Amino acid sequence: MRHLLDIVDLSTREIDELLDVADQIIAQPREYREKMRHRKLATLFFEPSTRTRLSFEAAMLELGGSVLGFSSADSSSAAKGESVADTVRTVGCYADIIAMRHPKEGAPTVAAQVSPVPIINAGDGGHNHPTQTLTDLLTIRREKGRLDQLVVGMCGDLQFGRTVHSLMNAMARYKSIRFVLISPRELCIPDYLRESMRKAGVPFVEVEKLEDVIGTLDILYMTRVQKERFFNEADYVRLKDSYILDPEKLSRARQDLCIMHPLPRVNEISRAVDSDPRAAYFRQVLNGKFVRMALILKLLEGEA
Amino acid sequence: MNIDSIQNGYVIDHIRAGRSMEIYRYLGLDSLDCSVAIIRNAKSARMGKKDIIKIDEEIPVNLEMLGYIDPGITVNVIRNGERVDKKHLELPQRVVNVIRCKNPRCITQIEQEVDQIFFLADRGKQTYRCLYCETAHKSGEG
Repeated sequence: MRHLLDIVDLSTREIDELLDVADQIIAQPREYREKMRHRKLATLFFEPSTRTRLSFEAAMLELGGSVLGFSSADSSSAAKGESVADTVRTVGCYADIIAMRHPKEGAPTVAAQVSPVPIINAGDGGHNHPTQTLTDLLTIRREKGRLDQLVVGMCGDLQFGRTVHSLMNAMARYKSIRFVLISPRELCIPDYLRESMRKAGVPFVEVEKLEDVIGTLDILYMTRVQKERFFNEADYVRLKDSYILDPEKLSRARQDLCIMHPLPRVNEISRAVDSDPRAAYFRQVLNGKFVRMALILKLLEGEA
Repeated sequence: MNIDSIQNGYVIDHIRAGRSMEIYRYLGLDSLDCSVAIIRNAKSARMGKKDIIKIDEEIPVNLEMLGYIDPGITVNVIRNGERVDKKHLELPQRVVNVIRCKNPRCITQIEQEVDQIFFLADRGKQTYRCLYCETAHKSGEG
């Protein structure tokens, strides 16, 4: 029995195979409508995340399966003090697979130690969110046709953004990847990630302003910069506009740039960009459902 | 200084100077009836100064754990007054319920009766990481 707790649990070959299945589902959705008939997905969301939960539920429903679960700890036995391990053992008696979100880091690892059914980590605090990374990888492959030989810009809060860390770790395993890291100094990538990029021999540059580098990028992965993350007001005022993508900045970008965002956005991408064909973030949402379908198939039937 | 040689037990040598009391406490040596000698700041050609512990009884010793506390340690096993084995310790790949994760956001802070498991992430830097949240912990930091 396999679980998915961290994106590096999957080899690049397994990721490629998963993305192939996602592509097949997109091409021929009818063929997958009954695949999970009579199978049940439990969504255990100990903290609310409507977007991720609905994506998992939509994925299982489109495979012909059913869903059960809860969407906040208040409505689960966790409110009575039940441990994660006991909750998972119990739910494992009712469902065939569990997607779990928990505010504490490593909660899915505890779950996987005792669960009778596969566990999918649907986000554990600031730690891992592997299905977001699969979503991002599928989007990059569909938009660019490859996962290697790319210049990938990561923009915004690179210190606390787990989606950025996971995606960097996943992409560092492909050939000829170069990262351009665009953030205020306060929010640059953590030291351990910088070290692991150096160890893996993945070239990267760190810059403060998006407008200086946007013309060099194949991918631009935007994240939100929160004011409260800055040490002082002056730096925030000086830099805040550098992390907002608008048509003016986009005019300096390549015509085949792919703009991504894990969503939800606040103001870091101007609404005027939405209609630009390079804006891939809503296609990214749809890809998230397809890649979760492929993952459920892989974990339950070994099909991917 | 004259300390009787031991008959059956251990000579724990090459302890980094100043760490012998930590090992004394970990092995629970204060509760033994046998003779126990702690030599602190002994001269050492290799280390400058070192600590040594002699225990005149064959008590159960978790070598992995000793390796975690101080990977440079040598454990000599003594039987009938003779050294019958000499073990050079190293950092163990995994330690269970030895280190507590300090990350307040880690599941181990709230989950009942979950083992505190750390794995060796970087032998050169003597760094362990929590199995659950991957928070780093340097060996010997308590």
